[in-house]
Amino acid sequence: MSAVWQILQALLCVALAPLLTGIVRWVKARLVGRRGASPIQPYRDLIRLLRKELVLAQDASWLFRAAPYLVFSLTWLAAAMVPAFTTNLLLIPAADLITLVALLGAARFFLALAGLDVGTSFGGIGTSREMMIASLAEPAMLMIVFTLSLLAGTTAPARIVDHVLAGGIGLEVSMGMALIALILVAIAENGRIPIDNPATHLELTMVHEAMVLEYSGRHLALIEAASMVRLLLYVSLLACIFAPWGISQSGKGEIGILIGLASYGAKIALGAVALGVFETAIAKMRVFRYADFLGGALLLAVLATIVLYVSEAV
Amino acid sequence: MNFHYSAAHLIGALVLLLGFQLLYQRRIAAVIRSFAVQAAALALAAAWQAYIQDSPHLYITAAIALVFKAMIVPFALNWLVVRLGIHKTVETALGIGPTMMIGVALVALSIVLVLPVTQNASALTRENLALAMSVVLLGLLMMITRRNAVSQVVGFMALENGLILAAVGVKGMPLVVEMSIAFSVLVAMILFGIFFYRIRERFDSLDLHYLESFRGER
Repeated sequence: MSAVWQILQALLCVALAPLLTGIVRWVKARLVGRRGASPIQPYRDLIRLLRKELVLAQDASWLFRAAPYLVFSLTWLAAAMVPAFTTNLLLIPAADLITLVALLGAARFFLALAGLDVGTSFGGIGTSREMMIASLAEPAMLMIVFTLSLLAGTTAPARIVDHVLAGGIGLEVSMGMALIALILVAIAENGRIPIDNPATHLELTMVHEAMVLEYSGRHLALIEAASMVRLLLYVSLLACIFAPWGISQSGKGEIGILIGLASYGAKIALGAVALGVFETAIAKMRVFRYADFLGGALLLAVLATIVLYVSEAV
Repeated sequence: MNFHYSAAHLIGALVLLLGFQLLYQRRIAAVIRSFAVQAAALALAAAWQAYIQDSPHLYITAAIALVFKAMIVPFALNWLVVRLGIHKTVETALGIGPTMMIGVALVALSIVLVLPVTQNASALTRENLALAMSVVLLGLLMMITRRNAVSQVVGFMALENGLILAAVGVKGMPLVVEMSIAFSVLVAMILFGIFFYRIRERFDSLDLHYLESFRGER
C-alpha cells in the first residue's frame, strides 16, 4: 500500500501547492481591503505560462535550460518525502531532515547558477542575496534538526511523528523554541515578507524574482511551481513535526488515511491564513538586517539545545 | 515529567526569551513594549508558582508585577519618551548580532554556574534559578550595551524581573521582601524620571555617551 500512498502524496503536493499560494494571496488581498483574485488563480497563471512561447537569452547555456527541470524535480522529491497525511510511505526510509535540507540546497544551487548564467546584473544581484540568505538560514536549520534529534532520538520526520504522537515529548520548552526558529527559517527560505516580497519587481528589493527574471514560458512555470511546492513543503513540515495530530500511522487502514487527509487539508488552510495575516501585519526588512533575523533563528535553536541539556541534567 | 513542572519551565523560558527580545529591539517604543510583555510573563510565572506551591501570597506578587511592571512602569516610560521627544531609533554601543551571541553565552554561563551549586535542591527550583540568573545577566548586558538612558533603565527593570523570578521559585520567600522590592523599583523609576529631565536639560540628549566627556574621559 505504501507505494500507492506515496504516489498519492506526490500528486497531492503538486496539486495543492498552487491552491496554498492562491489562498495566501487571497487572504492578503482581503485584509488590505481588495477583492483579490480567486484562490485558483495560480493554476490559471501556470497554465497560461505553459502555453506561452519560450524566449531564451542569446548567451543562455544548457545549464539555463536544464535548471528549471532540476529545480522542480528536486523540490518535488523533497516535498514527497515529508509525511503529510500518513507515515506509511515508500520513501520514508530515505526521508530524513538532513536529506531534505540537502535536496533543497541542491535546488537552490542550480537556481543560483541559472541566475548567473545569462550574465545580467539583476541575476547576479538576486543570486548573491539568495546565497547570503541561504548561508544564514542553513546553520539555523541544521541546529533545529539537531535539537529535534536530541528530543526524539532521530532525524527522520516519520519517526518524530511517531514519537510525538506516542506522547514521548509532552510540553517541552525546546520544542517551542525550535518551532519559532523553524518558522523564521521557513519565512526566509520561501522569500516571504519580511525577508523578500514575493509580489514585487522593484529592483532594489527583489531577491528571488531577480534571479528568475530571464525565464519565460514553461521554464518560468516550472520555477514558479517549484517555489509553490517549497512553500507547501515547509507548511507540511511544520505541521508534521509540531502538530502531527491526525496523521495516519502504518496499520490504521483506509479510515486513518481519510482522517489524515482531512486533517492535512485543515492544517494547510490554517497555515495559509496565518501566513497571510502575518505578512499583512509586518513590513519588509532592510537587506542588512537579514543577519539579525536569521541570527535570531540560529540563537533560538542554540538556546533550545542548551535548555534541553538543563532539563536532561535533572 | 509532570505537567506542573513542564508548565513552570515553559513560563520561565518565556521570560528568558522575552529578555532576548529586549536585546533584539532597537526602537525605544518596541523596547518598552517588550518589557511590558516580559513583566506580564513574570506575573504569569508568579501566579503559576502560587498555584503549584499552594502559597496564596505569591498571587499578590503576581498582581504587583502585573499592575506596576506591566502597566504603570511602561506607561510612565512611554509618557517620558513622548514628553522628551526621543521616540527614535535606539543607538546600541554594540551591534545586535554580537549582543545576542554574548547573551547566549551568558545563558550557558549561568546554567553552568547554577547547576553544580544547587545539587541538592529540587529540579524545579534549580531550573528556575538557572533561568532567573540568565534573565538577570541579560538585563545587565542590556544596561552595558545600550547608550540611551531610557533603554538602560529598561535593562535595570528587566534585571529586577529576573530577581523576582528567582524569588518566586524559592519556597518560603516572605511577602515583605517582595513588596519592598516592588516599591523600591517604583521609587527608582521616579528618580530615573527626574534624572532624565536633568540629563536632558544639561546635554540636550539622553545619550549617556556625552556624560563621558563631562567626566573628562575624552
